[in-house]
Amino acid sequence: MIQNTAIKVKNVYKDFKLPHLKKNSFKSMFTGVFDRSQKHKSYEAQHALKDISFDIKKGEFFGIVGRNGSGKSTLLKMIAGIYQPTQGSIKIEGKLVPFIELGVGFNPELTGRENVYLNGALLGFSKKEIDGKYKDIVDFAELERFMDQKLKNYSSGMQVRLAFSMAIRAEADILLVDEVLAVGDADFQRKCFEYFKTLKREKKTVVFVSHSMEAIREYCSRAMLIEKSEILGIGSAESIAQHYVRLFTEDPQDKQKQPQNDNRWGNRVVTIESIDVHLTSSSITITEVIKANESIDSPIAGIRIRNNAGQEITGSNTKIERSNLPDLEKGQKLTLEWRMPNILSDGAYIIDPAIVFADEITVCDWWNEATTFKIMRDRRLPYPIDPGFTVHIKGAKTYG
Amino acid sequence: MKRLKNRYRYPVILLKQLVKTDFKLRYQGSVLGYAWSLLRPLAMFVILYVVFAKFFRLGDAIPSFPIYLLVGIVLWNYFAEVTSNSINSIVGRGDILRKINFPKYVIVLAGSISALINLFLNCLIIILFMLVAGVEISVSILWVPLLLVELFVLSLALSFFLSALFVRFRDVNYIWEVLIQGAFYLTPILYPLSLVPEKYAKLLMLNPVAQIIQDIRHAVVTPKTMTLHSSYNTWLIYLVPLSIIAGCTLLSIKYFRARSKHFAEEV
Repeated sequence: MIQNTAIKVKNVYKDFKLPHLKKNSFKSMFTGVFDRSQKHKSYEAQHALKDISFDIKKGEFFGIVGRNGSGKSTLLKMIAGIYQPTQGSIKIEGKLVPFIELGVGFNPELTGRENVYLNGALLGFSKKEIDGKYKDIVDFAELERFMDQKLKNYSSGMQVRLAFSMAIRAEADILLVDEVLAVGDADFQRKCFEYFKTLKREKKTVVFVSHSMEAIREYCSRAMLIEKSEILGIGSAESIAQHYVRLFTEDPQDKQKQPQNDNRWGNRVVTIESIDVHLTSSSITITEVIKANESIDSPIAGIRIRNNAGQEITGSNTKIERSNLPDLEKGQKLTLEWRMPNILSDGAYIIDPAIVFADEITVCDWWNEATTFKIMRDRRLPYPIDPGFTVHIKGAKTYG
Repeated sequence: MKRLKNRYRYPVILLKQLVKTDFKLRYQGSVLGYAWSLLRPLAMFVILYVVFAKFFRLGDAIPSFPIYLLVGIVLWNYFAEVTSNSINSIVGRGDILRKINFPKYVIVLAGSISALINLFLNCLIIILFMLVAGVEISVSILWVPLLLVELFVLSLALSFFLSALFVRFRDVNYIWEVLIQGAFYLTPILYPLSLVPEKYAKLLMLNPVAQIIQDIRHAVVTPKTMTLHSSYNTWLIYLVPLSIIAGCTLLSIKYFRARSKHFAEEV
């Protein structure tokens, strides 16, 4: 192996045998013997990963991204040695943490203290070593008063704090991190980030699986995108994050799904036929086609934009904008074009269009999440709107 | 030596902690707690003693029959407990297996060792009983540790096999329950072998557990106990139970090692 490679994954395949009928008892084993046709079909191989090859260098912060079910957690488990590859090889240079999740082996019936020793043993620490670290662990988790209580009486936040406090003691050259940031409050997440920064400083090799492109961009030097069991790309964190986002906007399956969901209701006197978003760096244009299924007096059409946290950012309707719709004949179609300056911050947005009667109460067609769009900027503000501030600095002294 | 120490450092740390946890959890929430692991065999002993020694008068020919019975029950309990508990040991720890890579044999070994500690405590009770009952303790008691090792190895070997098999075939626990019940009656625990027709008695004695129980009784309770040696009159016959144990051990280890790589996916 080349000197500075920490993990070398070569032509790895992983198949899971999925039994059609779970063949877990002796009876089915015997019936299988007599019924040959059934025996041949008793399982089908599901290819969780196909021909995966990549190297991770020492000291690299390497991200793995992909949608749910793409195979990234399976890959992480194989690197950890929990699963065996069906074909191919994985070589590890250096000491690897053997776990991929926080709080492995935590037992709700044991006290916090006892769990520290049990979890510590799983991480490879003897009783004596834990004795030495015990105070640090408890202090960091801020749980001094609770250590002699049973774990089942802890809140989930307390459990995570204890687990995290244990995990960061693990002494290894290579760490595997699977989606820890998904749990815990803002305070805990900040601790995680601080820990990641320490890891980066100490030049540890980290393999990081996440759905948060923000975190991938922030920490990873390189990243890999897995889709449908195969590598779609390996490259800079930024390019992979963009590629990942594109997966969602381009996938036709996602679009087909939307009309079926129960985010849409109304009497359907007027319906929204299509909705489309066109983005430029300066403007956002939403084009909407509506169709009257019966004649109706001057309905009101509105849109609302939410960010992907569900927070309502802005919205309007034809009445507020004083562009009233005409009375509609049965079968008549109209195209509405909503335009606004593009001042939204970097991130994903949801459009909820709606059409109501002139009384503003009776809903014809209300469609939450009719479509989504992404704003990608070269910077991120932690606020919903990025109108592009300008700063003028006056009175600054110039030297020299 | 140092390399060996390094290699087994992690398994040893883990083993200690798992045994400790096992003890802590076993009788959690019960009032008498740990005392139950001693009370259970004693209660069982009282029942069997009343029924078989007093009602059926099975042990009249044997001196110190109560002790003789107790030794058999305690040893059998150990064997039955280790093997039965082992079945679910791998599957029951599925949550850990799926999240961390560690030597799987440690789980099975931990269960076996915590039962062994229990057995030692039970042995102390037996010794206490013997002193009270005035049974003479002879030098032949020195054979006991060796025989206990034999029992430990056999139980552990079966545990490895059963726990690994259970991952694939979930019928194992029911089958084993029936087998162990049958084996209880086919092993001379409740009855003296002299009540069994000789040709069957000779066959029964080839069972390693029967051989171990009878040898221990012979060593500590009464030399009148019928042993494998006394029924065949040759030491060579010990090759039969010993090779059964050796065969079980080799096959079990082989099977467990081959399967253990895939436990995480199959539990």
